[in-house]
Amino acid sequence: MNFKAMTAIAVIATAPLAALAGPDEDKLVVNGEIEMVTKTAAPAHLSDALDEIYSGWRFRSDETQALQMDDFDNPAMVFVDQAQDAWDTVEGTEGKSCASCHDSVEESMAGVRAVYPKWNEEAGEVRTLAMQINDCRENKMGAEKWKYTGGQMAAMEALISVQSRGMPVNVAIDGPVKETWEKGKEIYYTRYGQLELSCANCHEQNYGNMIRADHLSQGQINGFPTYRLKNAKLNTAHARFKGCVRDTRAETFKPGSDEFVALELYVASRGNGLSVEGPSVRN
Amino acid sequence: MKLASLTLAAALTGGVALAGEVAPKEVAFTEDGAIEASLTGTPGDAANGAMIVGEKSKGNCVACHQVSALADVPFQGEVGPSLDGAGSRWSEAELRGLVANAKKTFDGTVMPAFYKVDGFIRPGDAYTGKAPAGPLSPILSAQEIEDVVAFLMTLKDES
Ligand code: HEC
Ligand code: HEC
Repeated sequence: MNFKAMTAIAVIATAPLAALAGPDEDKLVVNGEIEMVTKTAAPAHLSDALDEIYSGWRFRSDETQALQMDDFDNPAMVFVDQAQDAWDTVEGTEGKSCASCHDSVEESMAGVRAVYPKWNEEAGEVRTLAMQINDCRENKMGAEKWKYTGGQMAAMEALISVQSRGMPVNVAIDGPVKETWEKGKEIYYTRYGQLELSCANCHEQNYGNMIRADHLSQGQINGFPTYRLKNAKLNTAHARFKGCVRDTRAETFKPGSDEFVALELYVASRGNGLSVEGPSVRN
Repeated sequence: MKLASLTLAAALTGGVALAGEVAPKEVAFTEDGAIEASLTGTPGDAANGAMIVGEKSKGNCVACHQVSALADVPFQGEVGPSLDGAGSRWSEAELRGLVANAKKTFDGTVMPAFYKVDGFIRPGDAYTGKAPAGPLSPILSAQEIEDVVAFLMTLKDES
Protein backbone atom coordinates (compact mmCIF):
# COMPACT_ATOMS: atom_id res chain seq x y z
CA MET A 1 0.00 0.00 0.00
CA ASN A 2 1.26 3.41 -0.90
CA PHE A 3 0.78 6.13 1.67
CA LYS A 4 1.59 9.03 -0.66
CA ALA A 5 -0.91 7.88 -3.26
CA MET A 6 -3.63 7.68 -0.64
CA THR A 7 -2.94 11.13 0.62
CA ALA A 8 -3.05 12.35 -2.96
CA ILE A 9 -6.46 10.78 -3.46
CA ALA A 10 -7.70 12.45 -0.32
CA VAL A 11 -6.40 15.84 -1.42
CA ILE A 12 -7.86 15.61 -4.91
CA ALA A 13 -11.19 14.45 -3.57
CA THR A 14 -11.40 17.36 -1.14
CA ALA A 15 -10.20 20.09 -3.48
CA PRO A 16 -13.36 20.84 -5.51
CA LEU A 17 -15.44 21.28 -2.37
CA ALA A 18 -12.84 23.44 -0.65
CA ALA A 19 -12.69 25.69 -3.69
CA LEU A 20 -16.40 26.40 -3.43
CA ALA A 21 -16.29 27.12 0.26
CA GLY A 22 -14.05 29.55 2.09
CA PRO A 23 -14.63 33.06 3.39
CA ASP A 24 -16.71 35.38 1.24
CA GLU A 25 -15.62 38.73 -0.22
CA ASP A 26 -18.22 40.95 1.43
CA LYS A 27 -17.12 44.20 3.07
CA LEU A 28 -18.10 45.16 6.59
CA VAL A 29 -18.94 48.81 7.20
CA VAL A 30 -20.83 49.44 10.43
CA ASN A 31 -23.41 52.25 10.57
CA GLY A 32 -22.22 53.34 7.15
CA GLU A 33 -19.07 54.77 8.71
CA ILE A 34 -16.82 52.34 10.59
CA GLU A 35 -14.83 50.41 7.99
CA MET A 36 -13.73 47.10 9.38
CA VAL A 37 -10.67 45.16 8.23
CA THR A 38 -12.09 41.62 8.03
CA LYS A 39 -9.27 40.20 5.92
CA THR A 40 -5.59 41.07 6.04
CA ALA A 41 -2.10 39.62 5.86
CA ALA A 42 -1.29 37.24 8.71
CA PRO A 43 0.93 38.73 11.42
CA ALA A 44 4.60 37.76 11.14
CA HIS A 45 4.47 35.21 13.96
CA LEU A 46 1.81 33.30 12.01
CA SER A 47 3.24 33.55 8.52
CA ASP A 48 4.47 29.97 8.36
CA ALA A 49 0.94 28.74 9.09
CA LEU A 50 -1.37 31.22 7.31
CA ASP A 51 -1.12 33.82 4.56
CA GLU A 52 -4.31 35.68 5.32
CA ILE A 53 -6.40 36.12 8.43
CA TYR A 54 -10.17 36.58 8.34
CA SER A 55 -12.76 37.75 10.78
CA GLY A 56 -15.46 35.20 11.59
CA TRP A 57 -17.88 37.69 10.00
CA ARG A 58 -16.69 36.58 6.55
CA PHE A 59 -17.94 33.05 7.16
CA ARG A 60 -21.47 33.90 8.21
CA SER A 61 -24.59 34.02 6.03
CA ASP A 62 -25.67 37.31 4.44
CA GLU A 63 -28.56 37.53 6.90
CA THR A 64 -26.32 37.16 9.94
CA GLN A 65 -23.75 39.51 8.46
CA ALA A 66 -26.40 42.19 7.93
CA LEU A 67 -27.29 42.24 11.63
CA GLN A 68 -23.83 43.53 12.43
CA MET A 69 -23.84 46.31 9.87
CA ASP A 70 -26.11 48.66 11.74
CA ASP A 71 -26.32 49.20 15.48
CA PHE A 72 -30.11 49.43 15.25
CA ASP A 73 -30.16 45.84 13.98
CA ASN A 74 -27.40 44.51 16.22
CA PRO A 75 -29.09 42.66 19.11
CA ALA A 76 -25.96 43.10 21.24
CA MET A 77 -26.49 46.86 21.50
CA VAL A 78 -29.13 46.61 24.24
CA PHE A 79 -26.44 45.08 26.43
CA VAL A 80 -24.09 47.92 25.60
CA ASP A 81 -26.77 50.32 26.85
CA GLN A 82 -27.17 48.28 30.03
CA ALA A 83 -23.42 48.38 30.61
CA GLN A 84 -23.44 52.15 30.10
CA ASP A 85 -25.85 52.34 33.04
CA ALA A 86 -23.60 50.03 35.07
CA TRP A 87 -20.63 52.25 34.17
CA ASP A 88 -22.31 55.18 35.88
CA THR A 89 -23.72 53.25 38.84
CA VAL A 90 -22.05 53.54 42.23
CA GLU A 91 -21.50 50.14 43.81
CA GLY A 92 -19.46 48.68 46.65
CA THR A 93 -17.94 49.90 49.89
CA GLU A 94 -15.90 52.71 48.32
CA GLY A 95 -18.91 54.55 46.95
CA LYS A 96 -17.53 54.59 43.42
CA SER A 97 -18.66 53.78 39.90
CA CYS A 98 -16.43 53.07 36.90
CA ALA A 99 -17.06 56.68 35.89
CA SER A 100 -15.67 57.94 39.20
CA CYS A 101 -12.20 56.90 38.08
CA HIS A 102 -12.49 56.74 34.29
CA ASP A 103 -14.94 59.58 33.45
CA SER A 104 -16.45 59.14 30.03
CA VAL A 105 -16.12 55.64 28.60
CA GLU A 106 -15.82 57.06 25.06
CA GLU A 107 -12.59 58.81 25.92
CA SER A 108 -10.97 56.66 28.58
CA MET A 109 -11.63 53.32 26.95
CA ALA A 110 -10.80 54.16 23.33
CA GLY A 111 -8.13 51.72 22.15
CA VAL A 112 -8.26 49.55 25.26
CA ARG A 113 -9.93 46.46 23.79
CA ALA A 114 -7.40 46.39 20.95
CA VAL A 115 -4.39 45.67 23.19
CA TYR A 116 -5.88 43.16 25.65
CA PRO A 117 -4.86 40.71 27.08
CA LYS A 118 -1.80 42.62 28.22
CA TRP A 119 0.87 42.71 30.87
CA ASN A 120 0.11 44.42 34.17
CA GLU A 121 3.41 45.51 35.63
CA GLU A 122 2.20 46.13 39.16
CA ALA A 123 0.48 42.76 39.48
CA GLY A 124 3.17 40.97 37.49
CA GLU A 125 0.62 39.08 35.41
CA VAL A 126 -1.05 38.91 32.03
CA ARG A 127 -4.52 40.38 32.38
CA THR A 128 -7.56 39.86 30.25
CA LEU A 129 -10.16 42.61 30.07
CA ALA A 130 -12.40 40.55 32.35
CA MET A 131 -9.62 40.23 34.94
CA GLN A 132 -9.01 43.97 34.82
CA ILE A 133 -12.71 44.75 35.19
CA ASN A 134 -12.96 42.47 38.22
CA ASP A 135 -9.79 43.92 39.70
CA CYS A 136 -11.34 47.38 39.55
CA ARG A 137 -14.57 46.11 41.05
CA GLU A 138 -12.88 44.29 43.90
CA ASN A 139 -10.00 46.59 44.75
CA LYS A 140 -11.10 50.05 43.62
CA MET A 141 -14.84 49.88 44.24
CA GLY A 142 -15.05 47.31 47.00
CA ALA A 143 -17.75 45.60 44.97
CA GLU A 144 -18.30 41.94 44.25
CA LYS A 145 -16.56 40.34 41.30
CA TRP A 146 -18.69 39.50 38.31
CA LYS A 147 -18.91 35.95 37.01
CA TYR A 148 -16.20 35.57 34.39
CA THR A 149 -18.50 34.63 31.54
CA GLY A 150 -21.72 36.11 32.97
CA GLY A 151 -24.07 38.61 31.41
CA GLN A 152 -22.81 41.67 33.30
CA MET A 153 -19.20 40.93 32.42
CA ALA A 154 -20.03 40.26 28.76
CA ALA A 155 -22.01 43.50 28.57
CA MET A 156 -19.21 45.58 30.12
CA GLU A 157 -16.71 44.01 27.73
CA ALA A 158 -19.06 44.95 24.89
CA LEU A 159 -19.29 48.57 26.06
CA ILE A 160 -15.50 48.80 26.29
CA SER A 161 -15.05 47.05 22.95
CA VAL A 162 -17.38 49.51 21.18
CA GLN A 163 -14.93 52.31 22.01
CA SER A 164 -12.28 50.57 19.88
CA ARG A 165 -14.39 49.43 16.96
CA GLY A 166 -12.47 49.70 13.70
CA MET A 167 -9.09 49.91 15.38
CA PRO A 168 -6.62 47.12 14.60
CA VAL A 169 -6.13 44.39 17.18
CA ASN A 170 -2.59 44.85 18.40
CA VAL A 171 -1.70 42.64 21.35
CA ALA A 172 1.95 42.36 22.38
CA ILE A 173 3.45 38.88 22.20
CA ASP A 174 6.97 39.40 23.51
CA GLY A 175 8.64 40.91 26.55
CA PRO A 176 7.02 39.86 29.82
CA VAL A 177 4.06 38.14 28.12
CA LYS A 178 6.23 35.87 26.00
CA GLU A 179 6.03 32.88 28.32
CA THR A 180 2.23 33.09 28.56
CA TRP A 181 1.98 33.49 24.80
CA GLU A 182 4.11 30.37 24.24
CA LYS A 183 1.90 28.46 26.62
CA GLY A 184 -1.21 29.62 24.76
CA LYS A 185 0.34 28.54 21.50
CA GLU A 186 1.05 25.10 22.87
CA ILE A 187 -2.57 24.77 24.00
CA TYR A 188 -3.77 25.90 20.56
CA TYR A 189 -1.92 23.05 18.87
CA THR A 190 -2.64 20.34 21.47
CA ARG A 191 -5.06 17.65 20.36
CA TYR A 192 -7.43 17.34 23.29
CA GLY A 193 -10.15 14.88 24.14
CA GLN A 194 -11.31 11.55 22.86
CA LEU A 195 -11.67 13.08 19.39
CA GLU A 196 -8.04 14.26 19.57
CA LEU A 197 -8.70 17.63 17.95
CA SER A 198 -6.75 20.84 18.42
CA CYS A 199 -7.96 24.37 17.74
CA ALA A 200 -5.66 24.28 14.71
CA ASN A 201 -7.25 21.10 13.31
CA CYS A 202 -10.52 22.96 12.86
CA HIS A 203 -9.62 26.66 12.62
CA GLU A 204 -6.25 26.60 10.84
CA GLN A 205 -6.39 23.44 8.71
CA ASN A 206 -10.09 23.49 7.91
CA TYR A 207 -11.42 27.02 7.97
CA GLY A 208 -13.75 27.52 5.04
CA ASN A 209 -14.88 23.90 5.17
CA MET A 210 -18.23 22.72 6.46
CA ILE A 211 -18.20 20.51 9.56
CA ARG A 212 -21.72 19.14 9.58
CA ALA A 213 -23.91 22.30 9.49
CA ASP A 214 -21.17 24.67 10.61
CA HIS A 215 -19.03 26.77 8.31
CA LEU A 216 -15.64 26.74 10.00
CA SER A 217 -14.00 30.14 10.49
CA GLN A 218 -10.50 30.83 11.72
CA GLY A 219 -11.85 31.04 15.28
CA GLN A 220 -10.73 34.66 15.66
CA ILE A 221 -11.78 36.65 18.72
CA ASN A 222 -11.63 40.20 17.29
CA GLY A 223 -15.46 40.19 17.33
CA PHE A 224 -15.90 39.28 20.99
CA PRO A 225 -18.02 39.48 22.94
CA THR A 226 -20.37 38.11 20.34
CA TYR A 227 -24.14 37.91 20.25
CA ARG A 228 -25.10 34.43 19.13
CA LEU A 229 -28.47 33.87 17.53
CA LYS A 230 -28.23 30.29 18.78
CA ASN A 231 -28.42 31.20 22.48
CA ALA A 232 -29.72 34.78 22.13
CA LYS A 233 -27.16 36.34 24.46
CA LEU A 234 -23.71 37.87 24.55
CA ASN A 235 -20.93 35.29 24.68
CA THR A 236 -17.43 35.80 25.98
CA ALA A 237 -14.31 34.34 24.40
CA HIS A 238 -13.72 31.95 27.29
CA ALA A 239 -17.26 30.59 27.05
CA ARG A 240 -16.59 29.92 23.37
CA PHE A 241 -13.25 28.24 24.11
CA LYS A 242 -14.99 26.05 26.66
CA GLY A 243 -17.62 24.99 24.13
CA CYS A 244 -15.04 24.17 21.50
CA VAL A 245 -12.92 22.09 23.89
CA ARG A 246 -16.03 20.28 25.14
CA ASP A 247 -16.87 19.40 21.55
CA THR A 248 -13.67 17.38 21.28
CA ARG A 249 -15.02 15.10 24.04
CA ALA A 250 -12.48 16.63 26.41
CA GLU A 251 -12.49 17.81 29.98
CA THR A 252 -12.56 21.56 29.50
CA PHE A 253 -10.52 24.23 31.25
CA LYS A 254 -12.35 26.76 33.41
CA PRO A 255 -13.16 30.24 32.15
CA GLY A 256 -10.60 32.57 33.70
CA SER A 257 -8.10 29.73 34.26
CA ASP A 258 -4.41 30.31 33.53
CA GLU A 259 -4.79 28.04 30.52
CA PHE A 260 -7.64 30.03 28.96
CA VAL A 261 -5.95 33.35 29.75
CA ALA A 262 -2.86 32.12 27.90
CA LEU A 263 -5.03 30.79 25.08
CA GLU A 264 -6.87 34.11 24.83
CA LEU A 265 -3.60 36.00 24.52
CA TYR A 266 -2.40 33.64 21.81
CA VAL A 267 -5.68 33.56 19.85
CA ALA A 268 -5.97 37.36 20.10
CA SER A 269 -2.47 37.68 18.63
CA ARG A 270 -3.49 35.53 15.66
CA GLY A 271 -5.91 38.34 14.87
CA ASN A 272 -3.40 41.19 15.08
CA GLY A 273 -4.32 43.48 12.19
CA LEU A 274 -8.04 42.66 12.05
CA SER A 275 -10.40 45.34 13.33
CA VAL A 276 -11.92 45.22 16.77
CA GLU A 277 -15.54 44.32 15.91
CA GLY A 278 -17.12 43.59 19.24
CA PRO A 279 -19.89 43.16 19.92
CA SER A 280 -20.32 41.08 16.78
CA VAL A 281 -23.22 38.89 15.67
CA ARG A 282 -22.76 35.21 14.91
CA ASN A 283 -25.05 32.24 14.52
CA MET B 1 -33.11 14.95 24.58
CA LYS B 2 -29.55 15.33 23.37
CA LEU B 3 -28.22 14.22 26.73
CA ALA B 4 -30.49 11.21 26.75
CA SER B 5 -29.31 9.99 23.38
CA LEU B 6 -25.68 10.43 24.38
CA THR B 7 -26.19 8.42 27.53
CA LEU B 8 -27.89 5.77 25.51
CA ALA B 9 -24.95 5.66 23.14
CA ALA B 10 -22.58 5.22 26.06
CA ALA B 11 -24.67 2.40 27.46
CA LEU B 12 -24.77 0.63 24.13
CA THR B 13 -21.07 0.85 23.42
CA GLY B 14 -20.19 -0.30 26.93
CA GLY B 15 -16.75 -0.30 28.49
CA VAL B 16 -16.00 -3.97 28.40
CA ALA B 17 -15.56 -6.08 25.32
CA LEU B 18 -18.02 -8.95 25.04
CA ALA B 19 -16.78 -12.53 24.95
CA GLY B 20 -15.16 -13.29 21.62
CA GLU B 21 -14.60 -9.62 20.84
CA VAL B 22 -11.22 -8.04 20.33
CA ALA B 23 -10.92 -5.30 22.98
CA PRO B 24 -9.66 -1.88 21.87
CA LYS B 25 -6.26 -2.35 23.47
CA GLU B 26 -5.79 -5.77 21.85
CA VAL B 27 -6.39 -4.77 18.26
CA ALA B 28 -3.59 -5.88 15.93
CA PHE B 29 -2.86 -3.37 13.19
CA THR B 30 -0.68 -4.23 10.20
CA GLU B 31 2.24 -1.96 9.44
CA ASP B 32 0.01 -0.04 7.02
CA GLY B 33 -2.78 0.43 9.54
CA ALA B 34 -5.18 -2.34 8.47
CA ILE B 35 -6.92 -4.81 10.78
CA GLU B 36 -7.08 -8.22 9.12
CA ALA B 37 -9.47 -10.08 11.44
CA SER B 38 -13.05 -9.17 12.30
CA LEU B 39 -13.35 -7.59 15.74
CA THR B 40 -16.37 -9.76 16.58
CA GLY B 41 -16.55 -12.73 14.21
CA THR B 42 -20.11 -11.64 13.40
CA PRO B 43 -20.59 -10.25 9.88
CA GLY B 44 -21.35 -6.53 9.80
CA ASP B 45 -24.85 -5.21 9.15
CA ALA B 46 -24.52 -2.63 6.38
CA ALA B 47 -27.92 -1.05 7.06
CA ASN B 48 -27.04 -0.42 10.69
CA GLY B 49 -23.64 0.81 9.52
CA ALA B 50 -25.36 3.39 7.31
CA MET B 51 -27.33 4.62 10.31
CA ILE B 52 -24.16 4.93 12.41
CA VAL B 53 -22.34 6.86 9.69
CA GLY B 54 -25.16 9.42 9.47
CA GLU B 55 -26.26 9.63 13.09
CA LYS B 56 -24.87 12.51 15.13
CA SER B 57 -24.83 10.59 18.42
CA LYS B 58 -23.08 7.60 16.79
CA GLY B 59 -20.26 7.81 14.23
CA ASN B 60 -21.30 11.22 12.90
CA CYS B 61 -19.00 10.50 9.97
CA VAL B 62 -20.99 12.86 7.75
CA ALA B 63 -19.85 15.73 9.97
CA CYS B 64 -16.63 15.51 7.99
CA HIS B 65 -17.45 13.32 4.97
CA GLN B 66 -19.88 13.55 2.11
CA VAL B 67 -21.64 10.24 1.25
CA SER B 68 -23.93 10.25 -1.79
CA ALA B 69 -25.60 7.00 -0.69
CA LEU B 70 -26.89 8.88 2.37
CA ALA B 71 -28.29 11.80 0.37
CA ASP B 72 -31.22 12.08 2.79
CA VAL B 73 -28.88 12.95 5.67
CA PRO B 74 -28.57 16.76 5.65
CA PHE B 75 -25.42 18.83 6.22
CA GLN B 76 -22.59 16.62 5.03
CA GLY B 77 -19.16 17.96 5.83
CA GLU B 78 -16.02 18.78 3.84
CA VAL B 79 -13.24 18.17 6.34
CA GLY B 80 -12.44 14.71 4.93
CA PRO B 81 -12.69 13.31 1.39
CA SER B 82 -15.98 12.00 0.00
CA LEU B 83 -16.57 8.38 0.99
CA ASP B 84 -18.10 7.56 -2.39
CA GLY B 85 -16.19 4.65 -3.85
CA ALA B 86 -14.39 3.87 -0.58
CA GLY B 87 -15.31 0.19 -0.96
CA SER B 88 -13.47 0.12 -4.30
CA ARG B 89 -10.42 2.04 -3.09
CA TRP B 90 -9.86 0.05 0.08
CA SER B 91 -10.02 -3.56 1.22
CA GLU B 92 -12.22 -4.59 4.12
CA ALA B 93 -9.16 -4.93 6.38
CA GLU B 94 -7.98 -1.45 5.44
CA LEU B 95 -11.40 0.06 6.11
CA ARG B 96 -11.58 -1.67 9.50
CA GLY B 97 -8.24 -0.10 10.39
CA LEU B 98 -9.33 3.31 9.09
CA VAL B 99 -12.48 3.38 11.19
CA ALA B 100 -10.86 1.91 14.32
CA ASN B 101 -7.88 4.27 14.26
CA ALA B 102 -7.21 6.24 11.07
CA LYS B 103 -3.95 7.58 12.50
CA LYS B 104 -2.37 4.18 11.83
CA THR B 105 -3.05 4.71 8.11
CA PHE B 106 -2.73 8.49 7.82
CA ASP B 107 -0.13 9.81 10.21
CA GLY B 108 -1.47 12.80 12.14
CA THR B 109 -4.87 12.80 10.44
CA VAL B 110 -7.69 14.98 11.77
CA MET B 111 -9.97 11.93 11.74
CA PRO B 112 -10.77 10.67 15.26
CA ALA B 113 -10.15 7.05 16.30
CA PHE B 114 -13.44 5.25 16.91
CA TYR B 115 -12.09 2.14 18.63
CA LYS B 116 -9.54 3.46 21.07
CA VAL B 117 -9.78 4.00 24.83
CA ASP B 118 -6.48 5.42 26.01
CA GLY B 119 -3.62 7.74 25.14
CA PHE B 120 -5.84 10.86 25.11
CA ILE B 121 -5.03 14.30 26.53
CA ARG B 122 -7.72 15.46 28.99
CA PRO B 123 -10.39 13.09 27.77
CA GLY B 124 -13.88 13.99 28.92
CA ASP B 125 -17.10 12.23 29.81
CA ALA B 126 -18.55 12.29 26.28
CA TYR B 127 -19.70 15.88 25.50
CA THR B 128 -20.24 17.08 29.07
CA GLY B 129 -16.89 18.87 29.35
CA LYS B 130 -16.33 17.03 32.63
CA ALA B 131 -13.69 14.46 33.54
CA PRO B 132 -14.83 10.88 32.97
CA ALA B 133 -16.10 8.99 36.01
CA GLY B 134 -14.47 5.70 35.02
CA PRO B 135 -12.59 4.05 32.18
CA LEU B 136 -13.48 5.33 28.71
CA SER B 137 -15.56 3.42 26.23
CA PRO B 138 -14.60 3.48 22.57
CA ILE B 139 -16.84 5.83 20.57
CA LEU B 140 -18.18 2.85 18.62
CA SER B 141 -18.49 -0.75 19.83
CA ALA B 142 -16.71 -3.62 18.08
CA GLN B 143 -19.89 -4.66 16.30
CA GLU B 144 -20.65 -1.08 15.31
CA ILE B 145 -17.20 -0.87 13.70
CA GLU B 146 -17.97 -4.05 11.76
CA ASP B 147 -21.34 -2.61 10.70
CA VAL B 148 -19.72 0.60 9.46
CA VAL B 149 -17.11 -1.38 7.55
CA ALA B 150 -19.87 -3.47 5.95
CA PHE B 151 -21.59 -0.27 4.86
CA LEU B 152 -18.37 1.25 3.50
CA MET B 153 -17.80 -1.93 1.46
CA THR B 154 -21.08 -1.21 -0.37
CA LEU B 155 -19.75 2.17 -1.55
CA LYS B 156 -18.36 1.05 -4.92
CA ASP B 157 -17.26 3.13 -7.87
CA GLU B 158 -19.97 3.47 -10.52
CA SER B 159 -17.76 2.31 -13.40
C1 HEC C 1 -14.28 20.08 16.18
C2 HEC C 1 -13.97 21.35 15.58
C3 HEC C 1 -13.49 22.50 16.45
C4 HEC C 1 -12.43 22.56 17.31
C5 HEC C 1 -11.45 21.47 17.64
C6 HEC C 1 -12.39 23.91 17.82
N1 HEC C 1 -13.42 24.64 17.31
FE1 HEC C 1 -13.76 26.64 17.59
N2 HEC C 1 -15.44 26.52 16.43
C7 HEC C 1 -15.90 25.38 15.81
C8 HEC C 1 -17.12 25.68 15.09
C9 HEC C 1 -17.93 24.69 14.25
C10 HEC C 1 -17.40 27.05 15.32
C11 HEC C 1 -18.56 27.89 14.78
C12 HEC C 1 -18.24 28.34 13.37
C13 HEC C 1 -17.00 29.18 13.32
O1 HEC C 1 -17.03 30.38 13.65
O2 HEC C 1 -15.92 28.63 13.01
C14 HEC C 1 -16.31 27.55 16.16
C15 HEC C 1 -16.19 28.88 16.58
C16 HEC C 1 -15.12 29.37 17.31
C17 HEC C 1 -14.96 30.76 17.67
C18 HEC C 1 -15.94 31.89 17.33
C19 HEC C 1 -15.44 32.67 16.13
C20 HEC C 1 -16.34 33.84 15.80
O3 HEC C 1 -16.03 34.56 14.84
O4 HEC C 1 -17.35 34.06 16.46
C21 HEC C 1 -13.79 30.86 18.36
C22 HEC C 1 -13.19 32.10 18.96
C23 HEC C 1 -13.21 29.53 18.43
N3 HEC C 1 -14.05 28.65 17.78
C24 HEC C 1 -12.01 29.22 19.03
C25 HEC C 1 -11.53 27.91 19.20
C26 HEC C 1 -10.36 27.58 20.00
C27 HEC C 1 -9.47 28.56 20.70
C28 HEC C 1 -10.24 26.22 19.96
C29 HEC C 1 -9.30 25.33 20.72
C30 HEC C 1 -9.34 25.41 22.14
C31 HEC C 1 -11.28 25.71 19.09
N4 HEC C 1 -12.06 26.77 18.68
C32 HEC C 1 -11.45 24.38 18.74
C33 HEC C 1 -15.29 24.14 15.79
C34 HEC C 1 -14.14 23.80 16.48
C1 HEC D 1 -13.24 15.20 12.28
C2 HEC D 1 -13.24 14.72 10.94
C3 HEC D 1 -13.55 13.28 10.56
C4 HEC D 1 -14.51 12.43 11.06
C5 HEC D 1 -15.52 12.70 12.18
C6 HEC D 1 -14.40 11.21 10.32
N1 HEC D 1 -13.41 11.32 9.38
FE1 HEC D 1 -12.87 9.89 8.01
N2 HEC D 1 -11.35 11.10 7.32
C7 HEC D 1 -11.13 12.39 7.73
C8 HEC D 1 -10.02 12.93 7.00
C9 HEC D 1 -9.44 14.34 7.14
C10 HEC D 1 -9.59 11.91 6.11
C11 HEC D 1 -8.45 11.95 5.09
C12 HEC D 1 -7.22 11.31 5.64
C13 HEC D 1 -6.10 12.31 5.75
O1 HEC D 1 -5.43 12.56 4.73
O2 HEC D 1 -5.92 12.86 6.85
C14 HEC D 1 -10.46 10.77 6.35
C15 HEC D 1 -10.39 9.57 5.63
C16 HEC D 1 -11.33 8.55 5.70
C17 HEC D 1 -11.36 7.41 4.84
C18 HEC D 1 -10.46 7.16 3.65
C19 HEC D 1 -11.05 7.97 2.54
C20 HEC D 1 -10.52 7.62 1.17
O3 HEC D 1 -11.20 6.87 0.50
O4 HEC D 1 -9.44 8.08 0.82
C21 HEC D 1 -12.45 6.64 5.22
C22 HEC D 1 -12.93 5.35 4.59
C23 HEC D 1 -13.07 7.33 6.33
N3 HEC D 1 -12.37 8.48 6.59
C24 HEC D 1 -14.20 6.88 6.98
C25 HEC D 1 -14.78 7.52 8.09
C26 HEC D 1 -15.87 6.95 8.87
C27 HEC D 1 -16.58 5.65 8.53
C28 HEC D 1 -16.12 7.81 9.90
C29 HEC D 1 -17.07 7.69 11.07
C30 HEC D 1 -17.15 6.44 11.77
C31 HEC D 1 -15.22 8.95 9.71
N4 HEC D 1 -14.42 8.71 8.62
C32 HEC D 1 -15.20 10.08 10.52
C33 HEC D 1 -11.83 13.08 8.71
C34 HEC D 1 -12.86 12.57 9.50
